[in-house]
Amino acid sequence: MSDLNSMTLAEARDALKAKKLSSTELTTALVRSVEQSRGLNAFVTETPDRAMAMAAASDARLAKGEGGALEGLPLAIKDLFCTKGVKTTAGSRILGNFVPPYESTVTQNLWNAGAVMLGKTNMDEFAMGSSNETSAAGPVFNPWRAKNSNANLVPGGSSGGSAAAVSGDLCLAATGTDTGGSIRQPAAVTGTVGLKPTYGRCSRFGIVAFASSLDQAGPMTKTVRDAAIMLGSMASVDAKDSTSVDVPVPDYEKLLEGGIKGLKVGIPKEYRIDGVPADIGGLWDKGAAWLKAQGAEIVEVSLPHTKYALPTYYIVAPAEASSNLARYDGVRFGHRTSDSIHDITELYEKSRAEGFGAEVQRRILIGTYVLSAGYYDAYYARAQKLRTLIKRDFDKAFESCDVLLTPATPGPAFGVGEKTSDPVSMYLNDVFTVTVNLAGLPGLSVPAGLTDNGLPLGLQLIGKAFDEGTVLRAGLAIEQAADFRHKPANWWRSA
Amino acid sequence: MSVDKDTVRRIARLARLAVPEARLEPMAGELNGIFQWVEMLNEVDVEGVPAMTSVVAQKLKWRQDAVTDGGVADALMQNAPEREDTFFVVPKVVE
Repeated sequence: MSDLNSMTLAEARDALKAKKLSSTELTTALVRSVEQSRGLNAFVTETPDRAMAMAAASDARLAKGEGGALEGLPLAIKDLFCTKGVKTTAGSRILGNFVPPYESTVTQNLWNAGAVMLGKTNMDEFAMGSSNETSAAGPVFNPWRAKNSNANLVPGGSSGGSAAAVSGDLCLAATGTDTGGSIRQPAAVTGTVGLKPTYGRCSRFGIVAFASSLDQAGPMTKTVRDAAIMLGSMASVDAKDSTSVDVPVPDYEKLLEGGIKGLKVGIPKEYRIDGVPADIGGLWDKGAAWLKAQGAEIVEVSLPHTKYALPTYYIVAPAEASSNLARYDGVRFGHRTSDSIHDITELYEKSRAEGFGAEVQRRILIGTYVLSAGYYDAYYARAQKLRTLIKRDFDKAFESCDVLLTPATPGPAFGVGEKTSDPVSMYLNDVFTVTVNLAGLPGLSVPAGLTDNGLPLGLQLIGKAFDEGTVLRAGLAIEQAADFRHKPANWWRSA
Repeated sequence: MSVDKDTVRRIARLARLAVPEARLEPMAGELNGIFQWVEMLNEVDVEGVPAMTSVVAQKLKWRQDAVTDGGVADALMQNAPEREDTFFVVPKVVE
């Protein structure tokens, strides 16, 4: 088997169970793929020794006919998840040397299921970004390039390293986190599958906090089936996260079965926005036609407050971030200034100014402003009311449908450096994904086609709270109809 | 509402971020660009709409107010930039 690294989770799982392959062979191939792909800058920390040790342990369990749902399967972990004894930077200089003395619940669940860790993936600093260009470890390059072009494109963000690693076959699957689109947007522009579960489905314990009422962990995979398999292991109720919800974790893979005959699919008319390229609208229509051909009923729905979602997000998320990031003070952990300082306030101010990058500082300032005396009601309180209206739009829409179909992004991957000077144009990348976080719903991005220029585009399915099963089943229907088998040309691999 | 240089200086102080004098003016410009865009929220009538407190309808869980973990002072000190035994060292704060 020459291309073990391009296997899906399901294929590799079945091959391991059937003893056609060992985890050691598989992991060796992926460790090598990671090493050969350093040009993508997808990983910030590689853990090959740990990977091989975990693979050997998995092989021992598999030999005895034991093993969990992900036994022996090599994964990449976004560097936002605390991993005990392995550096966790959140893409920030302020955590540049941080080695957590504990493990996040999601990653612990994955190890308990037998998964193998290949390393930690690059990301926008504190998950703030849509292009992976705010990382202290430098930008990640998208494995995809436009037809007849050598220009480097961004992989989306903030889970850009994870998306590039899955897309370029550096891992079988990866974890991501999604606060405003950080799983689904990078998945869409790298031709991969990304699932943001319902808020509360996965524990946030041990995930470096950005905006606590919006953050949610989820799988980034090559197929919809793989997303179902991986979510089953990531999800849990957890005493260490009081917002994790005590709802049983179903067998998501089983829920893929049964087809979509009679499924009511809503098309929100407000998602037809100006300035979005024709490819996107065309793909969206095609997606609806695919679902209809498989027996679904298409209904038009209205989400009237859609256009207010992004500005609402850019008040709520920075407000929560400014509060969460107050903990980085240069005292207990993280970067401390080596300048001479005169008092404790100066220690805080200098350590934070040196440790945080430009985008993070900008968001801390926005958040501090909208929470400050005299502005709280005008900004923060108003935004939280808008959030209620956005949630009500979805509740109403779901009275007449089971799942929503929308574009995933307003365009394909863009060039490195193209949008960094204009924050608002960067923020607009999340226009189709951010509503879902504000309402706490599950959203899935599925690769559905290529632009004329040969770059991947995704479609998004949005479901009712805790109805990941329906979202995945509809996603599978899109995946099968789209029959997306394109792979990026292998320009980055070194010998 | 527009943010000026003095406002940036004030919020930077509140946020404990050292923003150099030369950056205050450009930062005010960047923040104004974002706040102007956010202004569109004022179009919406939010009279009588409750503020969102939780997206998922659930009561926060309660547990016994008891110690569940601890005795790991060394682990907690591992990432300290400066320490003495199990104490974090900071500059003198009391004259």
